[in-house]
Amino acid sequence: MGEMEQLRKEAESLKDEITAARKAVQDLTLQDHVAGTAVVGRVQLKTRKTLRGHLSKIYAVHWGDSKLCVSASQDGKLIVWDSYTTNKVHAIPLKSSWVMTCAYAPSGNMVACGGLDNMCSIYNLKGKDGNVKVMRELAAHTGYLSCCRFLNDNEIITSSGDCTCVLWDIETGSQKTVFAGHLGDCMSLGVAPDFNTFISGACDFTAKLWDIRDGQCRQTFGGHESDINAIGFFPNGNAVITGSDDASCKLYDLRSDQELITYQDSGIMCGVTSLAPSFSGRLILAGYDDFNCNIWDSLKAERVGVLSGHDNRVSCIGVTPDGMACCTGSWDSFLKIWN
Amino acid sequence: MAKNNSLHPNSNGETDDSPNMLVYRKMEDVIARMQDEKNGIPIRTVKSFLSKIPSVFSGSDIVQWLLKNLCIEDQVEALHLGTLMAAHGYFFPISDHVLTLKDDGTFYRFQTPYFWPSNCWEPENTDYAVYLCKRTMQNKARLELADYEAESLARLQRAFARKWEFIFMQAEAQAKVDKKRDKIERKILDSQERAFWDVHRPVPGCVNTTEVDIKKSSRMKNPHKTRKSVYGLQNDIRSHSPTHTPAPEAKQPTEEELREQIKFWQAQLDRHRLKMSKVAESLLSYTEQYSDYDPFLSTPDPSNPWISDDTTLWEMEASKEPGQTRVRRWGFGIDEVLKDPVGREQFLKFLESEFSSENLRFWLAVQELKRRPIREVPTRVQEIWEEFLAPGAPSAINVDSKSYDKTTQNIKDPGRYAFEDAQEHIYKLMKSDSYSRFIRSSAYQELLQAKKKGKSLISKRLPAVVQSC
Repeated sequence: MGEMEQLRKEAESLKDEITAARKAVQDLTLQDHVAGTAVVGRVQLKTRKTLRGHLSKIYAVHWGDSKLCVSASQDGKLIVWDSYTTNKVHAIPLKSSWVMTCAYAPSGNMVACGGLDNMCSIYNLKGKDGNVKVMRELAAHTGYLSCCRFLNDNEIITSSGDCTCVLWDIETGSQKTVFAGHLGDCMSLGVAPDFNTFISGACDFTAKLWDIRDGQCRQTFGGHESDINAIGFFPNGNAVITGSDDASCKLYDLRSDQELITYQDSGIMCGVTSLAPSFSGRLILAGYDDFNCNIWDSLKAERVGVLSGHDNRVSCIGVTPDGMACCTGSWDSFLKIWN
Repeated sequence: MAKNNSLHPNSNGETDDSPNMLVYRKMEDVIARMQDEKNGIPIRTVKSFLSKIPSVFSGSDIVQWLLKNLCIEDQVEALHLGTLMAAHGYFFPISDHVLTLKDDGTFYRFQTPYFWPSNCWEPENTDYAVYLCKRTMQNKARLELADYEAESLARLQRAFARKWEFIFMQAEAQAKVDKKRDKIERKILDSQERAFWDVHRPVPGCVNTTEVDIKKSSRMKNPHKTRKSVYGLQNDIRSHSPTHTPAPEAKQPTEEELREQIKFWQAQLDRHRLKMSKVAESLLSYTEQYSDYDPFLSTPDPSNPWISDDTTLWEMEASKEPGQTRVRRWGFGIDEVLKDPVGREQFLKFLESEFSSENLRFWLAVQELKRRPIREVPTRVQEIWEEFLAPGAPSAINVDSKSYDKTTQNIKDPGRYAFEDAQEHIYKLMKSDSYSRFIRSSAYQELLQAKKKGKSLISKRLPAVVQSC
């Protein structure tokens, strides 16, 4: 009993020391530093394309390149779109209709998806006879698959409701590394621009930075008051943006190991479902449960625009790699391209 | 907002609140303020022809109140928020099944807390059947079923054919109780009951706001909290918000878990932290540097294909001839050159002209190795070792002794990260040496000054100061 008490005290005092260490480098807040910078002007994006074809709620969308994207819907389909022409390049029927995530490989050769089946299914888009077939089924998670992202054609990282993230070797279908440490369902993940690390957001209200090579958790960030549903890297790779059910988004910096700023507004009550930074990172686009997408000036923490046009929750959002457009997917079964 | 214990998960990762509860709590706080006697929305009884309309306020009243009392910028936002609260059933239009807010004289009424969504209602179809059946027993014309309700009733009659006598009896009983009520009170209760069903059985085409994301529903811990029976015998009518309840104690971690935590926190404490001012500066300069390249902030050159329907920009990106803006980006840092295939090509060409390309070629080979299928890795590792690092290698690179020793060890059990240390060393070397020579070279400068295809139009959005509240 005495020892447990001692350990608890030690853990608490360490946490206090860390809080103090973080405070010690707060010589200036982000707000102070950018006080002299003007807010970005009002950003008004228009819908340029509407992608119609899904018959039910869209749960995920991911860009492959500047024109091609893949979307997943509860109607049990993965659709690969040429968003520019609005043509469906592939319509892939899924074994399980309870899909929650999808991803496009950077090479453009494969797509992946998963959901309540606890598996990550990899589909080869460039098969010999032109048909899209399941290439691998990565099974080992004991909870739903919430998110997946390819590192390359051989490796993919998944996050799951079983509170872990896993790095898989696609060819052998085996788990290479298990990233355990979260105390709640992992909801989302994002890979660093240099592919050496990745971040995960979970229902334990924290975000964690992981080293892909050695499987260690390098940093943990807290502060949110509810589940983190969305996470992404700031384009410079040194900061992380999170979106939560507490209706706020936060910016954490990796080098100063703490939260820099919170994006919230008393008029916004609904949770954040998804987010994506613009090409320069100056704007953050976030999708909410109240059917809108809000655009934030990332440095000044002010709302500079709204994308409204969906008739139900915005469940996913993505900006093209070249930054030319963003795509929102919704429970209303439509995808919209904006810029 | 005060922190509530039920917001933090216990060590099993479970919470007592669904994420919807967070939203309900916020809405109910606003509703409480709206219903405040002094500063809330004025509720009145309106005289209409031969009858009275009790306990109503107009849509405009709501919009005005929201604009005045919350930090809302404009009418559009007020309507959006108000519609959201109406869609969740906190107030409703008295003459419409569709739950939206209109900024006009349309009359609205507050919902009774008994029917608030925070009570975790999941009413069954049998209750809906009783309700629709009861409605047909009321003779007033204004209480006629809407088309979709009549269709639902017909469907339910088929589905519950065996039980229908029972349902009918319940409906009769309910109707009897209703008749005994005071006329005014009945008007109010009837409308509130109807609004409840408008939330849980919405008009076709309207959003069902009680839907929960499947990722969250599999986590919700307290099924016993769910209320299913609307016309049952429960007598626990609440008049205040049920969302502000204390939560039970979280589970305590085990000794092993504590030791792990301590190890982790100790490592965290020892890490170096950069000053916030430096971080803020670097974020600001990054966004400024790249804002010319951000299509949401600066108009792309020649045009954004999505807006102009002209794909020249993409054709230029795909071509081997790099445009001036693209070449300028290579000057931002070595990563920009290494990211761009044409940049890599030009960099390599330059280094080859100086007979110093082995560093870059090594770096590129190691990057490529990381993407290979696992079965090809051992052979490739050997090839890279022979070419760049082995004694007498044809493209010998200069690596510090520590990395060299480590690499020698690694290749005995070759994996994708065998050359990690060496690659990091070479990267730093290139960054400080080869890269700066490349940027200063005449080859690069020539590309930078290259003939422009027409005028380069980079227009920036004029910054404006935005009023914050």
